[in-house]
Amino acid sequence: MKAMAPTRPPTEQEKFGRHRPLTDLDAHEINRIEELSYDLKIHEVMASNVITTSPDVPVSRVLELMRVNRISGAPVVEDEKLIGIISLEDIVRALQNDELTAPVRKYMTPSLVTVKTFECVVEAIKTFSEKRLGRLPVVDENRQLKGIITKGDITRGILHAVQRDYKEEEVRRYRASHLFEDIISDRTTLVLRYNIKAGDFTHGGNASSHIKRALLRLGADAQLARRCGIAAYEAEMNLIIHTTNGGILKLEVEPHRITLSTTDDGPGIADIEKVLQPGYSTATDNVREMGFGAGMGLVNIQRCVDKMELDSAPGKGTKLIMRITVPSESLNSKKGSS
Amino acid sequence: MNLQTIIDKLQLNVLTQASDFSSVTPNGGYTADLLSCVMAGAKNGTIWVTLQAHMNIVAVAAMLDVAAVIITENAKPDPATIAKANEQGIILLSTPKASYEICGKLWELNLR
Repeated sequence: MKAMAPTRPPTEQEKFGRHRPLTDLDAHEINRIEELSYDLKIHEVMASNVITTSPDVPVSRVLELMRVNRISGAPVVEDEKLIGIISLEDIVRALQNDELTAPVRKYMTPSLVTVKTFECVVEAIKTFSEKRLGRLPVVDENRQLKGIITKGDITRGILHAVQRDYKEEEVRRYRASHLFEDIISDRTTLVLRYNIKAGDFTHGGNASSHIKRALLRLGADAQLARRCGIAAYEAEMNLIIHTTNGGILKLEVEPHRITLSTTDDGPGIADIEKVLQPGYSTATDNVREMGFGAGMGLVNIQRCVDKMELDSAPGKGTKLIMRITVPSESLNSKKGSS
Repeated sequence: MNLQTIIDKLQLNVLTQASDFSSVTPNGGYTADLLSCVMAGAKNGTIWVTLQAHMNIVAVAAMLDVAAVIITENAKPDPATIAKANEQGIILLSTPKASYEICGKLWELNLR
């Protein structure tokens, strides 16, 4: 008889196996986990109540200790200093020699690989993969035993931290997305201003990436945040490339509408019709070498926004206004979808 | 086709920090050196092939959420650019080959 077809839709895992398509959020998470292995310190993830043994007790005592506590190894401590570790393997050697009554000192593994409390978790990860060990004793700067760490502890620690992170971002998004509901007025507008310096290519794109993130936190969907991000980027780069003294990039968010604008005090545009033509650019050669000056900036902006107004006069300056109508439910939705 | 396979088959150098590239699955490719064209043309999750290597490629890559940037003809981003890419989670790869050849190889690998 044929097996019944499953009625539920397949899970992502079943559909794609290990290689399901990576979303923006996943990419962010993966990176965050790497970051966490540098951020998290060993003392934050290690187990600190360690069962230890003295070097002078018989091996049989350790065997009993392991049985009762269901552990497979114990650090050996003398005068509060770590001097070795005894594992099941060591005990098997003692058994083979029929020497369960011998002191632990004789069968323990004395030269020890340890990690330090204040080191990053990534150090423990490296040590684990190099030495193929199951557990590492953790000592402080005076070689006093402070804890023990296993791969499981690291996984748990990182998961906790990711969960904490995730909650924080959720809370931020939740708070931001409720801004317009919680503050009551006849017309609420959130205004963000960014000062853009002329010629500052090093920071080019920073303001627009902040704008994109702010919109996501406010509950904008990915599509809307991307459109605004691209328009903001082109406008930001125009201030960097073309202005004499830089200018201001401004984002105004209202529940139904987003307005991006730039203002600068010169040099101004001589022929507005020309700058709106695709491919027309006044960028210098060295700016073009960096890949700017395609003459596509304003064209891109027009494609991304619903309405663009450009007002300029040579010697005065330029004002560029970009308006985007927020599709209903995109911004300020309770889900804060991304 | 995951990014690790692409890195291996095209013998690309990884300029940014190592991560699990086999879990990154690009969904297409795009090539241009004019950043505004990239802004207009590159979809998110694609591989962007360019010979630009300066700081601003990171901003563009981050804005578009591209899967990775392949910098061709041995153009070398400066350490600040690599640091910024790491900070923003952008994968930078490099190759001595020209963009034309890299795109051809990606096409052969069925990244279409």
